[in-house]
Amino acid sequence: MALTYDDIQQRLTEKFGAELTDFEMPYEMLTFTAPKTLNLKVLQFLYDDLNFQFLTDLTGVHYPDRKGAELAVVYHLHNLVDNIRLRMKVFTDIQDPKVYTATALFATANWMERETYDFFGIEFTGHPNLTRILNVPEMDYFPMRKEYPLEDQTRIDKDDEMFGRG
Amino acid sequence: MTEQQTRERHIRLQEDSLQKETSTLNLGPTHPATHGVFQNILEMDGERVMSAESTVGYIHRAFEKIAERRPFYQVTPLTDRLNYCSSPINNMGWHLTVEKLLGVKTPKRVDYMRVIIMELARIADHLICNSVVGVDSGAFSGFLYVMQYRELIYEIYEEICGSRLTTNIGRVGGFERNFNDTVFRKLDKFLDEYPAVLKEFENLFNRNRIFIDRTVGVGAISAERALNYGFTGPNLRAAGVDYDVRVASPYSSYQDFDFQVPVGSTGDSYDRFLVRNEEMWQSMDIIRQALRKMESEPADVYHADAPEYYLPPKADVYTKMEALIWHFKIIMGEVDAPPGEVYHSVEGANGELGFYLISDGGRSAYRLHFRRPCFIYYQAYPELIQGGLLSDAIICMSSLNLIAGELDA
Repeated sequence: MALTYDDIQQRLTEKFGAELTDFEMPYEMLTFTAPKTLNLKVLQFLYDDLNFQFLTDLTGVHYPDRKGAELAVVYHLHNLVDNIRLRMKVFTDIQDPKVYTATALFATANWMERETYDFFGIEFTGHPNLTRILNVPEMDYFPMRKEYPLEDQTRIDKDDEMFGRG
Repeated sequence: MTEQQTRERHIRLQEDSLQKETSTLNLGPTHPATHGVFQNILEMDGERVMSAESTVGYIHRAFEKIAERRPFYQVTPLTDRLNYCSSPINNMGWHLTVEKLLGVKTPKRVDYMRVIIMELARIADHLICNSVVGVDSGAFSGFLYVMQYRELIYEIYEEICGSRLTTNIGRVGGFERNFNDTVFRKLDKFLDEYPAVLKEFENLFNRNRIFIDRTVGVGAISAERALNYGFTGPNLRAAGVDYDVRVASPYSSYQDFDFQVPVGSTGDSYDRFLVRNEEMWQSMDIIRQALRKMESEPADVYHADAPEYYLPPKADVYTKMEALIWHFKIIMGEVDAPPGEVYHSVEGANGELGFYLISDGGRSAYRLHFRRPCFIYYQAYPELIQGGLLSDAIICMSSLNLIAGELDA
């Protein structure tokens, strides 16, 4: 019997009760939110009991309007045996952007978390080498946060000649 | 590094080490053997790599940030510049993602046309990768030989979209123009000539003693470790896991095709090479099937009927009111996408290429994340080359099919 989303949701609620919230199915992928203190426990449970042993993707999202839960870490997990995917979100306060690292479970989380740290400033507690990866080490801000808009293309105070567009 | 320092960094020297200390070697960022901007700081004990540290990001271009401002159709040229050896797969992966978000259904003929282009791109990518493995092990002729046939593929792209490397091919909803007779003629020519070339290419390498000596056991990874490292594509299949997005979650009507998923067993450079070669045969077969299937579809269909998202032909924009309005609305980004979040992945030439798109209903993405396969598996590189020779590290790198553009986004 192949695993279905109903089974997964049922198993998760049995195990974690009301801790897991916002079960949704956007575009046919089960999505839910886990509290940030529980993210590793949920990942471990999914890994051991439900065979979600492949971390497809890990990334961050910034929602400046959600006070107290501005930053999200989004995990995409794949159960290769039953060929089923799910998405787990963990929200954290931007003032204290600490989330436990998944590197002990997935070696691949290493660079994914470094990338997320690099762009969103989410600090993964316990990560072996949490440094910037794509940006220069001297950078002192997190560029994918929404408070850094892209440059206004209509601005006129810049010397275009310097950029070959004079 | 002195003996003391190497011990502190947990580097265990071989018992027969002569120097008893390591020397630091910078491999890259611009080294002809790395085929791209890759830097590795190696700790060497003579010829042996004791540890490696990768630095990436030299050509980071902030695509994810730029994409948050652009309307969807302007993101396509950004995807070109990820894995630029097989841009059409990236383009179409993005189009399929947007279509999934918008709920656009494409006609079968469009799906088959896409399959043809994507499989051509896969062949182009694999033949570059495999022939470069040859170059790095000292066999240059195979590379020159198959390069002519990449040219044929690029001519087909050119005929369809006007460009060769960064193709920007197709649109949300389909293609900008139909395949013309030249395309079919060139496809036939390619399918006629390439099998003999690929056969000869295999004859040059597959049982070549020197090539086998250089690649067998080099950069090997177990299936378990590969999964844990998030390997996908030929690199994962070479380790023995038959995971292929085209089969696991079919897109663009891949479920209509009959093809094999080749797998290796040892996960070393030689198996990766064989898996890619076999995939080229499979791709050619898929293209033949697609051409046959296209015959029974209406020949004038090359895009979905989605006027809100599909840019109308330029001639109509100048002459028809309706087309002008849609053109204006699409270009100015006045067509709102439904809010939602969608993850869509395609089997890129080097692994699962995923697009995680969050739309808040505005003209551009709220957040767009590219799951770039080689960024994910490149982190295994130090582990793969540890204990091997420097020259093996080079072969291992090229057999992983690393593309700097995709790695750094």
